[in-house]
Amino acid sequence: MTATSPDRAVTARPAAQPPNYLTEGGSTLRSWLLTHDHKRIAILYALTITVFFFFGGAAAAMIRLNLVTPPGIFAADTYNRLFSIHGIVMVWFFLIPSIPNTLGNFLLPMMIGAKDLAFPRINLLSWYLFVVAGVVALVAVIAGGVDTGWTFYTPFSTMYSNSYVILAISAVFISGFSSILTGLNFIVTVHRLRAPGMTWYRLPIFVWSNYSTAIILVLATPVLAITLALLAVERLLQVGIFDPALGGDPLLFQHLFWFYSHPAVYIMILPGFGVISEVVPCFSRKPIFGYKFVAWASVSFTAVSFLVWAHHMFVAGMSVYAALVFSLLSYIIAVPSAIKVFNWTATLHKGWISFDAPMLYALGFIGLFTTGGLSGLFTANLAFDVHVTDTYFVVAHFHYIMVGGMVSAYFAGLHFWWPKITGRIYHEWWARIAALLIFVGFNLTFFPQFILGYLGMERRYHSYPPEFQFWNILSSAGASILALGYVMPLFYLTWSLYRGQRAGANPWAATGLEWTTPSPPPKHNFDKTPTVTRPPYQYRPEPEPQDAQGHA
Amino acid sequence: MPDIRPEPQYATLEQQTDVAVFGMWIFLATEVLFFGGMLFAYTVYRGVYPEGFAEAGRHTKIVIGTVNTVILLTSSFVVAWAVHLAERGRGRGVAVLLGVAALLGTIFLGLKSFEYYQEWHEGLVPGLRFEAAGPHAHAMELFYLLYFMMTGVHGLHVTIGIGLLATMAVRAWRGAFSSAYHTPVEITGLYWHFVDIVWIFLYPLIYLVGRSGG
Ligand code: HEM
Ligand SMILES: [Cu+2]
Repeated sequence: MTATSPDRAVTARPAAQPPNYLTEGGSTLRSWLLTHDHKRIAILYALTITVFFFFGGAAAAMIRLNLVTPPGIFAADTYNRLFSIHGIVMVWFFLIPSIPNTLGNFLLPMMIGAKDLAFPRINLLSWYLFVVAGVVALVAVIAGGVDTGWTFYTPFSTMYSNSYVILAISAVFISGFSSILTGLNFIVTVHRLRAPGMTWYRLPIFVWSNYSTAIILVLATPVLAITLALLAVERLLQVGIFDPALGGDPLLFQHLFWFYSHPAVYIMILPGFGVISEVVPCFSRKPIFGYKFVAWASVSFTAVSFLVWAHHMFVAGMSVYAALVFSLLSYIIAVPSAIKVFNWTATLHKGWISFDAPMLYALGFIGLFTTGGLSGLFTANLAFDVHVTDTYFVVAHFHYIMVGGMVSAYFAGLHFWWPKITGRIYHEWWARIAALLIFVGFNLTFFPQFILGYLGMERRYHSYPPEFQFWNILSSAGASILALGYVMPLFYLTWSLYRGQRAGANPWAATGLEWTTPSPPPKHNFDKTPTVTRPPYQYRPEPEPQDAQGHA
Repeated sequence: MPDIRPEPQYATLEQQTDVAVFGMWIFLATEVLFFGGMLFAYTVYRGVYPEGFAEAGRHTKIVIGTVNTVILLTSSFVVAWAVHLAERGRGRGVAVLLGVAALLGTIFLGLKSFEYYQEWHEGLVPGLRFEAAGPHAHAMELFYLLYFMMTGVHGLHVTIGIGLLATMAVRAWRGAFSSAYHTPVEITGLYWHFVDIVWIFLYPLIYLVGRSGG
């Protein structure tokens, strides 16, 4: 024998693999850029949003660097541009597209037994719109940046800010069209392309939550688009729509903006719920507890999310009665969240739990999301909100939800379906270390910010009174650990592409339809359209025995 | 008769049609909300500045507005007729009717441009050439700003609609559709009715506010 080790000999023989979506249709750049295959488009999205994630992350690193010492190393103006670009990129170019456009795009058709999304060409168009939007956003940054924050509040954004607001708005506007098209595609696909026997109550929760997300995308995004258009017009023509100095009404902007942006919070978190609801049952070997409750909780988010926008405006000047109503409604939205957390915990209870990397990320999600959610109850409380508004308490709150929650969920999903997507298994040990580092780093970064906020440190300032320095140093130290945790998957996942073991169709012994087709799946997902005869999540306490290929 | 097969992700042609029509309805739902944002802003400011909006409304060109309403309604009827014929596989008739609808749409745009031209002349274009004075000047400017945005976005939809109608007319003439498959005509029809309905909302808001009751 030569120097080749036995397991290398196995991995280096691709001929043994049946044709799949990566090999069929060629591997030229052209075949990728013109593909109509939802799985390839999902990968295009994944690559693009990874770039944005690290771009936004670099801005976060600089923000934290600046906040280590009170005077900071950047001028106020530079600092404003940094946190604006961080927020804009993270919200519009990472959080909103992350799970729906990558995992959702890849899995939704497979999970319902369809060959593709309803409108494959529109799916591709949506990716191109997203890329164009991203390029426009980058041009805005390079040309000089934006200092309005990701909310573009008027009148600052229309009158005083001397930055590239219109360019940045155009970027968000274009990416909005991309979202709308994706949402439309998902809704139609779930309604019309389900395989025989795939009834609504047999849909995996991941499908329910992406479906609910799609409804929000389709109903809320147009309002945002038109709001931004009005803003651009006001800035260009200097006619007072929102600017009080010109006779406009700044509250109108905030109403319209939050009518979108509060539901947008659920655009960001619902798909994450979906992922967790797949991972937790699989690694507890138990059916999800209260399936129908979980499914309908997703849908009720959609409804309630449109009714609570004004809790972002308690301090912006609204009548006491309106504020009370919105405060109450905001408590109501905690109910479906609580249902979800309760159901996951109940699923875990007496489960046959194994702590593989996806599960570690999922457990991290549950912990962090619950903390974030509870702190949200504080902010929904009128009196407390007035105390902590625009302090680091709020920053900590939304990072717990969006970063601790959504990013963990994205990582959980990425690890869970990685073998399906690539046909390879990553190095489990490294993946677990990364999951732990992220959890520790995250808490170290953001828990001090609750304290800072409670002590009164205001957000969006490049400097602060010296007595806050201790907690800021802690937070920045945590951020470096977190950054390390986020970079690690880049390495071990890439490594797995070349050296990872072959995955087999169903490495986790999971029950979804997507696991019944080979990994990576063939071009049209299934050789024969499946017929569904059973409800989802029929897990048994012990994994069914598998042969070497992973077939159950 | 052309032999048309469903695209790979659909099982049958009926399913393909069903999916396309459903997709169009959802798209139109987003369009409603798109106009909804502007209508919301309009409603808010009309409540805040009732006199100013009435005053501005009296400067609108009601004759052009009314004629245009009639033209769009007629075109919508013609399109409905075309879809009806398409279901019966009458390609040439479909082509002619769609052509007529496209022509009506073009006339609409022509009249609308003339209206814009007059408004430019009278100094009613906010930010660029706005000459109204008096206590209501600001409210009037807001009215015209929203007017130009709403009719502008509507006009964009009309333009796209004309393009679709013309394309479908050519394809129908070449015999691309049959009674079994005419989904694109159906979808285009839906879209055009939507463009018409939006106008039915805009017409009273723009042309009739200032004139109702003085
Ligand atoms: C990696 C660690 C991260 C750190 C250290 C960090 C830090 C910060 C800081 C210091 C701010 C400014 C707060 C203020 O002054 O208002 C901020 C804002 C924000 N961050 Fe992060 N962040 C991180 C990751 C993320 C991620 C992953 C996301 C989303 C996926 C995100 C989303 C946001 C948003 C939306 C804002 C609001 C921006 C604004 O006020 O305009 N952050 N972050
Ligand atoms: Cu909110």
